[in-house]
Amino acid sequence: MSEKELGKKWDRCLADGAIKVGTGLGLGIVLSVLFFKRHTWPISFCSAAGLGMAYGNCQSDLRSSYLLHRNEKEQ
Amino acid sequence: MLRACLRGANATARKNCRRSPLTNLQQCRHYTAGESSGAAKVVAAGLVTVGGGVGGAILYAKWDHKFRAAVENNVPYSDWLLGLALGPASQGGVKKQVRIDSQDECKECHDHQEPPVTAMVHPDAEAPLRERPVEEVAARLAQQDLEEQDTVASSLEDFLASSAKATLQAIGAQETALQAIARHTHSLKEAMEAEVPPEEKSAQWKDLEAALADRTSAVNDAGTALLNANEALDSLKSEIDKSKGLKVSAVRPLVLAAEENLHNMVVDLDKVVTKVQSAESESKIVSQYSELVNEAKLQFQREVSSLTPEIQANWKGLTGKLSADDLNALIAHAHRRIDQLNRELAEQRVREQIHIDASLEQQKLEDQKALEKAVLTAVQHIKEDTRLEHERKLSELRDVMEAEMRTQLRRQAAAHTDHVQDVLKVQEQELRADAEQVLGSKMLEQETSYRQLSQEQLDNFTLDMNTAYARLKGMEEAIDSHVVAEEEARKAHQLWLSVEALNYSLKTVEADSPTVPLEGAAQAVRDSCHDNDFALALATALPEESLQRGVYSEASLRARFNSLRSLARRVALVDETHNSLYQYFLSYLQAALLFEAKQEAPPSQLSGEDLDPFKLLSYASFCLEHGDLELAAKLVNQLRGEARRVVEDWLTEARLTLETRQVVSLLSAYANAVGLGTTQAP
Repeated sequence: MSEKELGKKWDRCLADGAIKVGTGLGLGIVLSVLFFKRHTWPISFCSAAGLGMAYGNCQSDLRSSYLLHRNEKEQ
Repeated sequence: MLRACLRGANATARKNCRRSPLTNLQQCRHYTAGESSGAAKVVAAGLVTVGGGVGGAILYAKWDHKFRAAVENNVPYSDWLLGLALGPASQGGVKKQVRIDSQDECKECHDHQEPPVTAMVHPDAEAPLRERPVEEVAARLAQQDLEEQDTVASSLEDFLASSAKATLQAIGAQETALQAIARHTHSLKEAMEAEVPPEEKSAQWKDLEAALADRTSAVNDAGTALLNANEALDSLKSEIDKSKGLKVSAVRPLVLAAEENLHNMVVDLDKVVTKVQSAESESKIVSQYSELVNEAKLQFQREVSSLTPEIQANWKGLTGKLSADDLNALIAHAHRRIDQLNRELAEQRVREQIHIDASLEQQKLEDQKALEKAVLTAVQHIKEDTRLEHERKLSELRDVMEAEMRTQLRRQAAAHTDHVQDVLKVQEQELRADAEQVLGSKMLEQETSYRQLSQEQLDNFTLDMNTAYARLKGMEEAIDSHVVAEEEARKAHQLWLSVEALNYSLKTVEADSPTVPLEGAAQAVRDSCHDNDFALALATALPEESLQRGVYSEASLRARFNSLRSLARRVALVDETHNSLYQYFLSYLQAALLFEAKQEAPPSQLSGEDLDPFKLLSYASFCLEHGDLELAAKLVNQLRGEARRVVEDWLTEARLTLETRQVVSLLSAYANAVGLGTTQAP
């Protein structure tokens, strides 16, 4: 149902955000630990990068319904 | 009462003194007898009186026939009683046939005519006293004559019979007397003249005495019988005279016959009497002679006995007892006697003539007397004969005359009947002609009327048949149209039923789950409206989705909308151009901070500012709450952007439901209309 779509989108968003943030975090942590001498800036950077990616994904997912996709065009 | 008294007495006896119940009963009987003796006396007196009266009446009725007739007329059942007591009334005659059955005895008698046989005549029953017609009177007179004749005849017959019997008896007695006299005479003659030995002589004398006795008795009997016969004949004569005096014509032959019989009987009786008398006279002579002889014998015996006293009377029997003297004396006496007799003979010869003359005279006298008597009787007889002959001839003549008159009358009657027959024939012919004419005309009338009637009947019948046929045709058409209409109605009904089913299937919705797929019902509807384009179009206009999946109910849509509303509120600011996350955030913020009326009545015309999603949602909510899904859908349709995208499904569902409902309602209306239409008169 169409009303559930948004909910599903948000679920994906959140899931994706959580993953990306977590991955970022992890990567950050890893990088910070590994490469950046346990600075917090790679963690925040990576997590923010992750968050930003998640945001971007979420946004594009939310916008996707307004965009004409190729297969729709072909249809 | 008696029993009560007895019981009371018994009880008292038993109680008081223990006497034997027998004496008690006796006492009681005494007591009760004494009490009721007065009543018994009265009852007895009454009974005696009644009995005496009845007996006296019966006796008087026996004596007086008129009284008897009067009693029988006036007192019911008296005729039965009197008949029982006295025998039937004397008018009733009895069948009698008198036959003089001793004809062989009287061969010399005339032929006795048999009196005619009288038939039984029933006496006339007591006829009611009324004016009788002439025929009845005549018949009654004739009957009376017949009755009289019968009485006369019967009486005559009776007398005839009795007199005949008496006469026969007399004749028989006379004959026997005659025979006895003859026998006696003969035996006397024999006794006197025959020379037989003395023992037989005594026997003969005894026979003679017996014969004499017989003769005397026979003569006496004959005398009495003669008297009886004379009596009977006299009574018969008187009866004949009496019947002659009755003047009944039919009796005359009977009277005649009776008279003839009487005459014959008298004649026979006279003959026999004369015979007897002659025999008697003969016997008298013989007896005289025998007396003389006896006298002479006696004389002789006296003389002999005077001579020889010791000789016994029966001198003929003496043979060896007489001595010579006796014999001589006897002979001398005999001689003397002979002389005496010779002398007497001479004297007698002399006196002979005188004696003969005297006796002749005497005889003549006697003869004359006898002759006279005979002549008288013969004259009487002849007179009687002639009179009878005359009467007979008269009756014969009368019969002949009557016969001739009867023939003449018959001839006249025959002529009359012929004439009457002719007249009747002519009349008959005339009448027949008339009748035939009348019959012919009537028949013609009847025929014409009958033909008319039958024609009328036929016409009526044809008319009736035609009307019936027309009505039948009408009825058939009506029935056919009815059948058609019925078919239509049935179809409509079926359509309606299927539509109702569809309608019902719409209702089979549970919360949040759609109805059953309407395919079956829709198929039923489609089936039930093959030939109805409209209905068919409608039926096919049902949305596919509803057919396959069913539709949601308004309630579920409402509920869904309620949940949708918050979502739509949240994404109210997001549309094609504004669809970043920031917008999302803003719209969420807006939704959190904006408060609108839950429900708001939508205006009739939407203006620009009414297109605000919040307002729209409140309008739609209001509409939904008030059951107007269509308006709600319309309002929801005005949403744009993400809100629109969010409510898209809901809208589709609402559209489906609305569509389906519209189609179903249309079909239902149509089915109702069709049903109504068909049930009305065409």
